[in-house]
Amino acid sequence: MGTVAKTNITEDYAKAPINQKLTAEEKIKLLRGMLRVRRFENEAFRSYNGGKIGGFLHLYIGQESVAIGTCSLMGDNDHTITAYRDHGHALGVGMNMNECMAELFGKATGCSKGKGGSMHFFAPDKNYWGGHGIVGGQTPLGLGLAYGLKYKGLKGAAMCFLGDGAVNQGCFYESMNMAALFDLPVIYIIENNKYSMGTSLERSSAVDQCLAQRAEAFCIEWEQANGEDIYEVRAVTQKAIERAHNESKPTVLEFDTYRYYGHSVADSKHKGGYRQAEEIEKYKQQHDPIQLFKRKLIEEKVLTEEQYEAIDEEAKAEAEASAVFAEESPLPTEESIFEDVYFEVDRQTEAGRTGKHFFND
Amino acid sequence: MPLIEYRDALNQAFAEEIERDPNVVLIGEEVAQYDGAYKVTRGLWKKFGDKRVVDTPISESAFIGMAVGASMLGLRPVVELMFWSFCSVAYDQIINNAGQIRYMSGGLINCPIVIRGPANGGTSVGATHSHTPEGWFAAIPGLKVVSAATPYDAKGLMKAAIRDNDPVMFMESTILYGDKGEVPEEEYVIPLGKADVKKEGTDISLIAHGRAALTALKAAELLAAEHDINAEVLDLRSIRPLDEEAILASVRKTHRAVYIEENKPFCGVGAQISSMIMEKAFDDLDAPVLRVNSLDAPAIYSPKLEARQLPRPTDIVEKVLKIC
Repeated sequence: MGTVAKTNITEDYAKAPINQKLTAEEKIKLLRGMLRVRRFENEAFRSYNGGKIGGFLHLYIGQESVAIGTCSLMGDNDHTITAYRDHGHALGVGMNMNECMAELFGKATGCSKGKGGSMHFFAPDKNYWGGHGIVGGQTPLGLGLAYGLKYKGLKGAAMCFLGDGAVNQGCFYESMNMAALFDLPVIYIIENNKYSMGTSLERSSAVDQCLAQRAEAFCIEWEQANGEDIYEVRAVTQKAIERAHNESKPTVLEFDTYRYYGHSVADSKHKGGYRQAEEIEKYKQQHDPIQLFKRKLIEEKVLTEEQYEAIDEEAKAEAEASAVFAEESPLPTEESIFEDVYFEVDRQTEAGRTGKHFFND
Repeated sequence: MPLIEYRDALNQAFAEEIERDPNVVLIGEEVAQYDGAYKVTRGLWKKFGDKRVVDTPISESAFIGMAVGASMLGLRPVVELMFWSFCSVAYDQIINNAGQIRYMSGGLINCPIVIRGPANGGTSVGATHSHTPEGWFAAIPGLKVVSAATPYDAKGLMKAAIRDNDPVMFMESTILYGDKGEVPEEEYVIPLGKADVKKEGTDISLIAHGRAALTALKAAELLAAEHDINAEVLDLRSIRPLDEEAILASVRKTHRAVYIEENKPFCGVGAQISSMIMEKAFDDLDAPVLRVNSLDAPAIYSPKLEARQLPRPTDIVEKVLKIC
C-alpha cells in the first residue's frame, strides 16, 4: 500500500499540481524560507560558541527543505508539532527570528519568555505546538491535535514530525494504532537524517531500509520520499494532507534527509566518530536542498544568481539583527519563575486564589 | 438528601459537566460500552453516545497524550486510568506534556485535562496494581492533585476539577466506590484547595487525605470511647493546591498532630505536611508531629496481611497515645 523512495527513476515533482500552481514569487518565497533557516541556524551556532546560549542546540542545517516544504502547505486548520530540532519548523510556520533567537538567549522577549529554550518553541497562534524535548513524546500530542480537529468537525490535518530515532519509541506505535482505529487526520512525518544522536540507522533499527513501511502494520498509507527536493516534499505531503482533509485518514511519510552538524552542537565537531567527514561533504556537495532548489529555479528562469545573493544577504542580515535583538533584550525577572505554571494562578481566578500552589516558604 | 454511592456521585458529576460543556469528553479503557471497569461511568455511553464517551485501546501513553493534545485545542478531556498504578506507562505524557507545557510555552498553551481513577491498595491485587501516587504528582509544579474520601466530596471536587483550566490528577478508591453518602440534588462545586473538618475536636489533629480520612474518623471514635481523647479530623481533599491555613488553624487549636495516609512514608504527603507544621507552628506544638503510613514495603498480595499493611484505626490510636 505504500511507496518506497524511487532511486532510479527521476520524477519531476515540479510538475505535481501543487507545485505547478506556484507563482515565481511563491517559489522565491520557498527559497527564502530555506535560506532564512540556514542563516538563523548559522547565527545561532555562532552565538552558542560565543557562550550566549545555554544547554543543547540541535541545528536543522541540511534539512531545510522538509520543514519549509511541508509548512508551506498549511491552511487555516492545519497544525504542526515536532521534536527538539524545532527551529526550521518555527520559522516555517511564520515565527520571527527575533522571538526565536531571544528564546535561545534565555530572554524575556523569547517566544516562551525564556522558559523553554531551543527545544521548546511554541506559537499556537500559528498552529505550531512545539518544540518537544523527549524523543517520540510528541507523537501522542500530534494524535490529540488530530482528535481535536475531528471532534470539532474541522477539515484539517496535524503534521507531527519525528526523527528516525523516535520511530523506536513505544508511544509512536500506540499512536499509529489509535490514528488508524479512530480515523484521525494526523500525518506522521519521519525526518530520516540517518542518525539517532551518534547511533546510525543500521545500528538502531531492525529494518533500516524503510521506516515508514512500519505503518503497514496498522493499515496506514505511507510513503518514503527524497527530502532534499522541496518540490518532492510538497507533492508527497500534499497527498497526505488531502487524505487527512477529505477522508480523515492518517498517513506516515518518511523523508530522506541529512544534518550537517551534530545531533546537538555538543557533537558538531565529533571527528572520526560515528560518521566520516567524507559523508558529510558528499551531502553538502550533492544533496544540499538549498543549492538543488537554487539550480532548479535558475533553470526555470525564476531566479538569477544576483537575486540569490541578495536573498541570502538579506537572510544573513536578518539573522545577525536577531542576535543583536536577543543580546539587547532583558532577562526574565526573578518573579517570572512563578508565572505560567498554573493558568488559574496567573489569571488570579477564584481557583487560583484558593489554597497554596507553591511551596517555597 | 439522597444517599448515593461514591461511584454514582462521580457519575453525576460527569453527566452534568458533559451536558454543561460541549468540550467535555470522557476517554479511557472500558469507559463506554463496558460501563467502566468499576461502573463509575455506567450508562453514560448509552446516554451521550460515541462522541462524548470514548473507549480506547490499552495504550495509556497514547490516549493520555492524545487527551493533552486535544486539550491544547480547547477540549476538556476527562481521562480514566483503570488504576492510577498504570500511570507509570504514561509518565512522560503526564509529567512532561500535561505538566510542563504551559510553563515551557511561556503561558501560551494550557492543558485543561482531568486524569482520574482509583489509587489505592487493600484489594489483593499485588504491588503493580496498588500504588498510591498522590505524592509523585504533587511534587510536580504545574499539576494539581485531588483525593476524595466521600461521595459528596467526590462529586463536588470532580466538577471543580473538570472546570479547572490546569491539569488535575484525581485520585479515587475502589474500596470507596460502593460507599454511600448524602449528595444533594441541587448543583454544588467544591473548590480545589479547601480542606474539610470532618470532625471537630480539641485534643489532637488527625490530618489525612483520601480513604485515610475515614480511617482517621474511626480512630477518633475509638479515642473518644476508650481514651477520652477528643480528636479533630481534617481531610485535605486537595493536596495541591493545599489548604495550609486549615492545617495550621487545627494544629494551633489542638497543639498535636498525626498525619495519616495510605502512601509510603518516604517523601509521602505527610512528610511535606509535617515539615510545614514544624516550620510554621513550632511554638504551638506540644509534641512532635507523627505519621501513620502504609508499611514501607511493596504492597503484599496475601489478603490477610495486606490489611495489616495499610493504616488501621488501631495503628492511629497507638500513634496518638504516644503523644497524648
